Amino acid sequence: MQLQSNAVTSDAQAVPVLELRGISKGFPGVKALDDVSLSLYPGQVTALIGENGAGKSTLVKVLTGIYRPDGGTIMVDGAETRFQTATDASDAGVTAIHQETVLFDELSVAENIFLGHAPRSRFGLMDWPRMRRDSRRILDRIGARIDPDVMLRDLGIASKHLVAIARALSVDARVVVMDEPTASLSQTEIEELYELVERLKAEGKAILFISHKFDEVFRIADRYTVFRDGQMVGAGLLADTSEDKLVELMVGRAMDQIFPDRTPELGDEVLRVDGYCHPTEFDDIGFGLRRGEILGFYGLVGAGRSEFMQALFGVTTPSAGTITLDGERIAVGSPADAIRKGIVYVPEDRGKQGAITALPIFQNVTLPSLGRISSRGFLQMAEEFRLARKYTERLDLRAAALDQNVGNLSGGNQQKVVIAKWLATMPKVIILDEPTKGIDVGSKAAVHEFMAELAAEGLSVIMVSSEIPEILGMSDRVIVMREGRIAARLDRAELSPERLVRAAAGIEEAA
Amino acid sequence: MSLADGTRPRHVPDHLTSRGQRVIRSWETLLVGVAVLIFLANTWASPYFLDPWNLSDATFNFTEKAMIGFAMALLIISGEIDLSVAGIIALASTAMGYALQFGVGTPGLVLIGISVGVACGAFNGVLVTRLGLPSIVVTIGTMSLFRGIAYIVLGDQAYNGYPSSFAFLGQGYVFWVITFELVVFLVLAVIYGIVLHATNFGRQIYVIGNNPTAALFSGVRVQRIKMILFLLTGLMSGIAAVCLTARLGSTRPSIAYAWELEIVTMVVLGGVSILGGAGSILGVVLAALVMGMVTFGLGLLNVPGIVMSIFIGGLLIGVIALPRLITLIRKGQI
Repeated sequence: MQLQSNAVTSDAQAVPVLELRGISKGFPGVKALDDVSLSLYPGQVTALIGENGAGKSTLVKVLTGIYRPDGGTIMVDGAETRFQTATDASDAGVTAIHQETVLFDELSVAENIFLGHAPRSRFGLMDWPRMRRDSRRILDRIGARIDPDVMLRDLGIASKHLVAIARALSVDARVVVMDEPTASLSQTEIEELYELVERLKAEGKAILFISHKFDEVFRIADRYTVFRDGQMVGAGLLADTSEDKLVELMVGRAMDQIFPDRTPELGDEVLRVDGYCHPTEFDDIGFGLRRGEILGFYGLVGAGRSEFMQALFGVTTPSAGTITLDGERIAVGSPADAIRKGIVYVPEDRGKQGAITALPIFQNVTLPSLGRISSRGFLQMAEEFRLARKYTERLDLRAAALDQNVGNLSGGNQQKVVIAKWLATMPKVIILDEPTKGIDVGSKAAVHEFMAELAAEGLSVIMVSSEIPEILGMSDRVIVMREGRIAARLDRAELSPERLVRAAAGIEEAA
Repeated sequence: MSLADGTRPRHVPDHLTSRGQRVIRSWETLLVGVAVLIFLANTWASPYFLDPWNLSDATFNFTEKAMIGFAMALLIISGEIDLSVAGIIALASTAMGYALQFGVGTPGLVLIGISVGVACGAFNGVLVTRLGLPSIVVTIGTMSLFRGIAYIVLGDQAYNGYPSSFAFLGQGYVFWVITFELVVFLVLAVIYGIVLHATNFGRQIYVIGNNPTAALFSGVRVQRIKMILFLLTGLMSGIAAVCLTARLGSTRPSIAYAWELEIVTMVVLGGVSILGGAGSILGVVLAALVMGMVTFGLGLLNVPGIVMSIFIGGLLIGVIALPRLITLIRKGQI
């Protein structure tokens, strides 16, 4: 840390590659950015921190020329410039790796990397040999062992992410914007990404690193800028601050405790799963779950946790195994069965599996409870709004109106809609798959607190999470999965980050 | 949560805009405007337009197509499509004509027509929902298959001699100028309107069309509902086959040729999103009236059929492009 901060101060006088001064951007009814400034220096990583809705995404769009700011100036190498189009920004050497970069499943890795700026041969046709060579060179540079000729659809989600990074680096960039690059990566892949960031730094690139995770911010960034409600509320060297101070800046109030204090009162066993198997995804999963318990499922991405949960919820069919709910053997052949029996699932992929973004909030909330808001199959609108209001208010949803489309809400509020939808069914067991992935710290704390509240009311909670603090802070008991099997069962007293990581990675317990 | 510290939850209103604003901005309002314009233009262009009996005749231009249009609207909202509907009419009509040769009476003929329609719908539905094939491909196939069977059975022949009690279903008047078909059309419009807009079933159709995965994950029985919608479309094609055969009094294998495109046009003109997830029955009713009046009005002016299809095509593109154009002009991009 000492070494790093010395290095930073020594070239702090350097001219920023890119500087934003007094940038504002408004949308009807919202001021997304209000007089914000940001400087990016060569060879340094600047972390951009803020809750969802703080204006981070808008800033990225201004930086990459997708939005034109209403006011303020953009300086490149100390000279005032305008980014009228995305091409202007990319000509100035700004490239971005978005949360969900658009890639094409039906094209090869090389084609994805060079889409839109593929090298041409003399006759104006694609220069395939050069494209392959250059792709391999870029992939090697970021340490990705991926064949450029492979179709993208044959890659896993983490490899796709590396392709997205390779794509961003295929243009000669001087400023690299990384928008939550580690959100879908496993621990090993995150380590590899850190190495990549170090390499880019060494090459003298200026990096803007947007993240919700403080540990990684402190690990790889040199500087920080904090946004709140479209304004810049703080900036400086990370060496001069602390996690607590950053959180305070972010939420505008002191946050002495991140996870709710719980004294769980466990009841009888509600759910018992025995010998659940799937031909390819998981093998011999068995456990019990008691009333009021929060059971954590930890593991690396691809350990089979989500696949198992989806089988439990009836999306896929297991090849063997039984479920016992309240002492009674049940068969779950479809999600409709599971919901009727009282098992519900909040999926990891909110946009595709959880929320119906083009439909209004109230219709999303009442969807699995249509039977309760109708009589003889006819919808009762007053009942529908009453039910939707009851559960969205309970979750403190922030929306303009209940008939607003879910797609217009922030990630945290979308998640609240999905959770409200399931609570309205009055379930016995709720499965939360990465419940706070990609949502801001404020909503995260709200979801955690709410989870604790539900458990206290006697609901049994299964929480799948890849975030160690979340697992440690919330779970009464943890099951660690590795390669489709249960690798460890840990009680609250035995929990430690080291044990979790060792079990998930398959490393023997140190004597 | 903020509730825990005793504060009141923030109040979120039910609706973002008032009912009046929602009505004014709706697609249906635009269609009413178009319908009024066409009505006025027709009245001005031909002195024969405003005759009750002529107007009554004009309803035949859309009643049978609209019956299928209602079921098609549901199917398209759910994200599927059925292009074999005209083929189903041909096969159902041929089956009725064939049965006629053996002296089957009116109730039997109606039963046969409707059953064939439902059976064809079931065939499409099984291929799409059980085998997971794309409906556009399946129904392009069955479109030729169903009509092809009609051609094999009939060749260049035609079935004639339907009984007069059967003819009532296509030509009869219930009261003054009100035809039996018009009554069927109105009753079906009300039924479909209620089913789509006021029932659980209708809500689930929208959900499936917007996001079939999230629908499944929310406990919606996606395949079962799609199967029902294919059956309904088959049923409506069967009913339309009965009405059309009764009206024409004969069956030829070319019956209802190319109707599938007119029906899809009607549904899309009615504001149903071809991508699924949005639309209303009122819109389809209005689109049926607009298309019926245009065809009838141009017919009075002795405009040939091909010019009519040009006009309908232009109307479709015009009405769909209009709101988009207004948005672009407002944004100052044109």
